[in-house]
Amino acid sequence: MTLNKTHKNVPDFRLSPTVDKVGVEERTARFQSRSIKNESKMQGLKMVLNMIDLTTLEGKDTPGKVRQLCYKGMHLHDIHPGLPTVAAICVYPSMVGIAKKAVEGSGIKIASVSTAFPSGQAPMEVKIADTKFAVEHGADEIDMVISRGKFLSGDYSFVFDEIAAIKEACGQSRLKVILETGELASLDQVRRASDIAMYAGADFIKTSTGKIQPAATMQVTYTMLCAIKDFYRATGIKVGMKPAGGISNSKLALHNLVMVKETLGNGWLNNEWFRFGASSLANDVLMQIMKQETGHYQSPDYFSID
Amino acid sequence: MAKQQEQPIFDFSGGWDYSPSPESISHVKLKERYELFIDGKFVAPKSKKYFKTTNPATEQTLAEIALGNEPDVDLAVKAARRAYDNVWSKMPAKERGKYIFRIARLMQERARELTVVESLDAGKTIREARDIDIPLACNHFFYYAGWADKLDYAFPNRKVAPLGVAGQIIPWNFPLLMAAWKIAPALATGNTVVLKPAETTSLSALFLAEIIRDSGLPDGVVNIVTGFGETGAAIVHHPDVNKVAFTGSTSVGKLIQKAVAGTDKKLTLELGGKSANIIFDDAPIDQAVEGIVNGIFFNQGHVCCAGSRLFVQESVADEVIQKLKDRLETLYVGDPLDKNTDIGAINSKEQLETIRKYIEIGKNEGATMFESSCAIPEKGYFCKPVLFTDVAQSSRIAQEEIFGPVLTVQTFRTIDEVIQKANNSPYGLAAGVWTDKGSRIFNLTTKLRAGVIWANTYNKFDPASPFGGYKESGFGREGGMHGLGSYLKGI
Repeated sequence: MTLNKTHKNVPDFRLSPTVDKVGVEERTARFQSRSIKNESKMQGLKMVLNMIDLTTLEGKDTPGKVRQLCYKGMHLHDIHPGLPTVAAICVYPSMVGIAKKAVEGSGIKIASVSTAFPSGQAPMEVKIADTKFAVEHGADEIDMVISRGKFLSGDYSFVFDEIAAIKEACGQSRLKVILETGELASLDQVRRASDIAMYAGADFIKTSTGKIQPAATMQVTYTMLCAIKDFYRATGIKVGMKPAGGISNSKLALHNLVMVKETLGNGWLNNEWFRFGASSLANDVLMQIMKQETGHYQSPDYFSID
Repeated sequence: MAKQQEQPIFDFSGGWDYSPSPESISHVKLKERYELFIDGKFVAPKSKKYFKTTNPATEQTLAEIALGNEPDVDLAVKAARRAYDNVWSKMPAKERGKYIFRIARLMQERARELTVVESLDAGKTIREARDIDIPLACNHFFYYAGWADKLDYAFPNRKVAPLGVAGQIIPWNFPLLMAAWKIAPALATGNTVVLKPAETTSLSALFLAEIIRDSGLPDGVVNIVTGFGETGAAIVHHPDVNKVAFTGSTSVGKLIQKAVAGTDKKLTLELGGKSANIIFDDAPIDQAVEGIVNGIFFNQGHVCCAGSRLFVQESVADEVIQKLKDRLETLYVGDPLDKNTDIGAINSKEQLETIRKYIEIGKNEGATMFESSCAIPEKGYFCKPVLFTDVAQSSRIAQEEIFGPVLTVQTFRTIDEVIQKANNSPYGLAAGVWTDKGSRIFNLTTKLRAGVIWANTYNKFDPASPFGGYKESGFGREGGMHGLGSYLKGI
């Protein structure tokens, strides 16, 4: 269910607020010095699991691979009962139908990348068709990419319009807009791109495709959370956040949760408004959960790799 | 389920709470009673009297501290003089540097212990003590160790010499750090020291005394005499003290200046402040808000250079104030020993009463108070962070130093107006400037009458960076090459 829409009264994106990199680094360093222990840690780890968009985006994806991944998403570590499932499975449009069937009845969402992911270098008709295909096959969520080339050459209207068009093609599916922050380079640009995406109708803003470095850093995610905060104050509409790529262990994931908690508060600390785009994070979280329970670390062999 | 249209407010209460994460203190052994440190030994005070030092977070007694007074000060100054005449002034500069370096290393090795002691005695958070106070204190010794044998380079073509015996009096807001700021440059320049820590926070200085003794520093080079105001006065008035260095309140600073008038004692004073933190409309607003918060709530606002007067350009005032209020709601006030606490205990009952008095004054003056809704512990001296809007230049809370977590907010329209308002104060210690425009920063730094000006940041310290004020914030500089001059003659 989508709440945001394409807005008519938009600010001048050329006058986007400035972001001070040094100040951001200082603030994010503070989040990383929070001490999360015991009950708080266990609660946080379980939240992290429930916020994962378990992802496979390989050229060599097959139905077999996708089905096994879906099973993992629903049965993360059955040896330890009472664990949540992931939030969603994220795949290419061609695999949406397979995934949708595989997770039937579990409540897990299907997210599909689209718009000529990951480059976005394709004609508009192709991107819309890509999106509609995914939606028709049952995608609950669409993860689109923006045209970074157009953005960096200053054509903000183009980027706004393409997001609005994909939003329309999404229908009732929720739209995540991938900014590919690694290509935007500066935090000022990340802020600008975030604002464009939200005013154009994004339900989520997402850092990266996961195909290039750097992906989701604390600094970039923080900048986007601040953009979400200002947008909420200005319009009353919530937009979700998805850092993707680079969050491979529990420590980083918990730092991110601390950051969300202290920036946006409890309203965003659930998988309706916050997701981790990750593939290997889940097993590290499971390992930490087992360590909290039993007091020692098990070898990675005890956790299935799908 | 998400509502269709929500009130744009943020819920920072409850939800995923951080479990208590207290620092372990089992490795710290406090004695029941601490003596004076004179001539390389711990000795009982002539008065045979002791006073209690309390933990402001729990109101419990931590230990008894020796009450030193004039006879003890006399012994200490004599010891310092002997050490200066017979040993320290004759020692090659390079060797002096080695002692200072050794003290720095020992401080580093015992950093964890010092951190806990500082937090218990002063009420400051363990996180700040661990990440800021103790590392900076060590670094001051490391930094000045290097200057000991390079004074010719600091003052080329001059033949400089130490002054002799330095009497030093330090405050309670950064007990160990202030001791480092005083002792390190004094030793590096070849002086000997008699130091009096503040009466509410003597413990870390006494731990430092143990470190100094363990370092093998010759007897009498550093002496520590604990006590109250009278003990400090005895140091200031002692005829054989060549140099007085004081950090503390402006009112006591004035007394000291009167006391040394007519003598040939050299004096430096680092006093109070009511520093302006200035936000322009092109500032990175979220980072500026962080800077404001660091400026006034760091160390519970017990900072001489605290950014206690916020000036925000009127066109962005609503946004900044709203964000400030949001940010206040996410600050944790509580047990200083918990690693997640942001704001610890107020140093003493007296200081808490002073702060509360000013909050009342602010309310009576018609300013609008906003107070964080956080919980505070039942016991102990705690104060929630507060900001006042609708404050005028002539409000008392905008003029007088409160020395607590209380921020006053004023608006301005133009750069000339804010320069005038920022300078319109008897104090002149520090200022902060937040803008994206580099030329504006340079313009302001030449026009603001403040000894330290931070651009797009606040409360950043380094041993290599000189610190000190204009006007009633004092004179003389500590830190850097500038910090050497006030301990030397022949410049």
